[in-house]
Amino acid sequence: MNAHVFKPDMPPPVKTVGVLAWMRTNLFSSWLNTLLTLFAIYLVWLIVPPLIQWALIDANWVGTTRADCTKEGACWVFVQQRFGQFMYGYYPAELRWRVDLTVWLAVLGAAPLFIKRFPRKAFYGLGFLVLYPILAYTLLHGGVLGLDTVATSQWGGLMLTLVIATVGIVGALPLGILLALGRRSRMPAVKVVCVTFIEFWRGVPLITVLFMSSVMLPLFLPEGMSFDKLLRAMIGVILFQSAYIAEVVRGGLQAIPKGQYEAAAAMGLGYWRAMGLVILPQALKLVIPGIVNTFIALFKDTSLVIIIGLFDLLNSVKQAAADPAWLGMATEGYVFAALVFWIFCFGMSRYSMHLERKLDTGHKR
Amino acid sequence: MQNQIGAPKGLSLNDPRVRAWLFQILTIVFVVGLGWYLFHNTQTNLQHRGITSGFDFLDRSAGFGIAQHLIPYVESDSYARVFVIGLLNTLLVTFIGVILATILGFIIGVARLSPNWMINKLATVYVETFRNIPPLLQILFWYFAVFLTLPGPRGSINIDDMFFISNRGLNMPGASMADGFWPFVVALVVAIAAIVVMVRLANKRFDETGVPFHKFWVGLALLIVIPGLSVLLFGSPVTWEVPQLKGFNFVGGWVLIPELLALTLALTIYTAAFIAEIVRSGIRSVSHGQTEAARSLGLREGPTLRKVIIPQALRVIIPPLTSQYLNLAKNSSLAAGIGYPEMVSLFAGTVLNQTGQAIEVIAITMSVYLAISISISLLMNWYNKRIALIER
Repeated sequence: MNAHVFKPDMPPPVKTVGVLAWMRTNLFSSWLNTLLTLFAIYLVWLIVPPLIQWALIDANWVGTTRADCTKEGACWVFVQQRFGQFMYGYYPAELRWRVDLTVWLAVLGAAPLFIKRFPRKAFYGLGFLVLYPILAYTLLHGGVLGLDTVATSQWGGLMLTLVIATVGIVGALPLGILLALGRRSRMPAVKVVCVTFIEFWRGVPLITVLFMSSVMLPLFLPEGMSFDKLLRAMIGVILFQSAYIAEVVRGGLQAIPKGQYEAAAAMGLGYWRAMGLVILPQALKLVIPGIVNTFIALFKDTSLVIIIGLFDLLNSVKQAAADPAWLGMATEGYVFAALVFWIFCFGMSRYSMHLERKLDTGHKR
Repeated sequence: MQNQIGAPKGLSLNDPRVRAWLFQILTIVFVVGLGWYLFHNTQTNLQHRGITSGFDFLDRSAGFGIAQHLIPYVESDSYARVFVIGLLNTLLVTFIGVILATILGFIIGVARLSPNWMINKLATVYVETFRNIPPLLQILFWYFAVFLTLPGPRGSINIDDMFFISNRGLNMPGASMADGFWPFVVALVVAIAAIVVMVRLANKRFDETGVPFHKFWVGLALLIVIPGLSVLLFGSPVTWEVPQLKGFNFVGGWVLIPELLALTLALTIYTAAFIAEIVRSGIRSVSHGQTEAARSLGLREGPTLRKVIIPQALRVIIPPLTSQYLNLAKNSSLAAGIGYPEMVSLFAGTVLNQTGQAIEVIAITMSVYLAISISISLLMNWYNKRIALIER
């Protein structure tokens, strides 16, 4: 008996697979959709080709002065020539290796924290958090171990932006946690103090805080004592940011079920041990993405130090664009600064999303 | 109290209530002490520098010009008037910014949910781009790289001989009151009253009989016909004055200075990116079951959206939207970077430099922002309570 031989399957109709079908369902499913698609294509056509023309095709890439920018498009020569200033500000050129070294130390030092099975991560992290700032300050500021002193007024560019943002978040974190605990406290006096503090800083713009720290802080201090401009700005940033961190941490504290508090109390733990050993480890883990988001906001906000005359990345660009030798280069400068800020912020927001997905397990009830 | 059983009489540090009292007293002592310390230092410092404190300086004459003032102002006016001008300019930017950012944000947020691939991706690119660039940078970009590089008034971009865009800002026709103004206002009030009455009656009839009424179209007709009649009878409410190029600048009409344009544009674009995300997550938070339930009740797409999806989405959208409005109000202070005359640059900047009254000026500025923050959040809390889910 002959075995029945099946014919091969017919291919699916063209209308349901392939590029055409995808376009049919995603772009041209109805007349309204078609109209929207055409409108979107028009928008893209309006924006993208001129942008590429300006930024890449017609752009000037090589040269040393403004006169070398002969073509129509962007003059990236300006950014190339001023790159050092954008990154390091007025930090002496021959000492810039110290800044680079600081950054590399941060990257290398923090790397083990991202390795999943690194032993004694908590201790290592704590040690890093304590030792690194001292090391970084020594390297950046100098004055000891035979390193030349570089005054903070010479710090600038992206380096200053990173310094302010990092110090801001590291300083604000412990203060913010204390404030959050205070706000959730059952002691009315502590609660009132914390709520007032938090709501005050959250209600005013950072710019007024910076103004305050630059003109009022000297009045608050005893005579003869004074801080330099950078430190004053940092104090303002830390106070301001701690209020936002406090609100983020409070969200985490509220998300911990009551049973955890009761269980900690039933174990005979006092307030600080219950918080430190049971509640905070869980709450802080929950709010890591929130803290990263706060850090992104802070990173963007550091550009405001322009108002009190510090030369961060944005102010360096603004200064360079005002240079008579490079008149009319504002667009290139700002586009470059925007790109740098964008890369940092976008990278961090992706990281926070990744964390959110990673930490999401096991907390669904 | 159960923990008093067997507890030793008298005060002991082992009693949590005693500890709580002690801790609170310490906190208060610390806060008051710190406050007194700062106050004392400030007093000595002020004395040594010869600065007299107090708010007397507000009555003194300012003596500088201001680029944009919504109320009449001359250089000899007082600092108090400068303060009012700064406040009004801040409110103006906030008001325009909130309206424009809400509109743009809602459009982009809905576009991010569009099944249309192109629209969806465009909206995503918009959000990811503008959300990750500092607002101050965007303001500086629009101001220095766009508006200041435009041609002067003579080479201005001319739209229909009515609007002129140049490096002096946007010149546009200005309205001034004409004969028909007050009749027009009266007609407008009458029309609105008529609409309110009509909606009440229509709702009552709908509740009683279930017969719907074309509220929207009738309302629109009322709004057009009654003021329209007033225009026909009494003449136009306003006369338009078109800007004319005379010499090196425009004369007549209204002008929006480039600082205002750059600031509003940047803040709108920046805030809209955040609002779009809020709208998107709000709409996505309404489960698909709600749509299906509405459809199975026989509601068509429009009513489903209006009566089922949006009311539920708004509950999620409103609280974060409020904080975005607050952020916009606070971000308007970034105008100090380009010198738009609002609270911070005018009052905390120029007035502070001229008078040297640091404490008073900063205190006034901060309290203005605190007042704005608190009033917006109170308003939104009230609204939030009104639309909150009433659970059994």
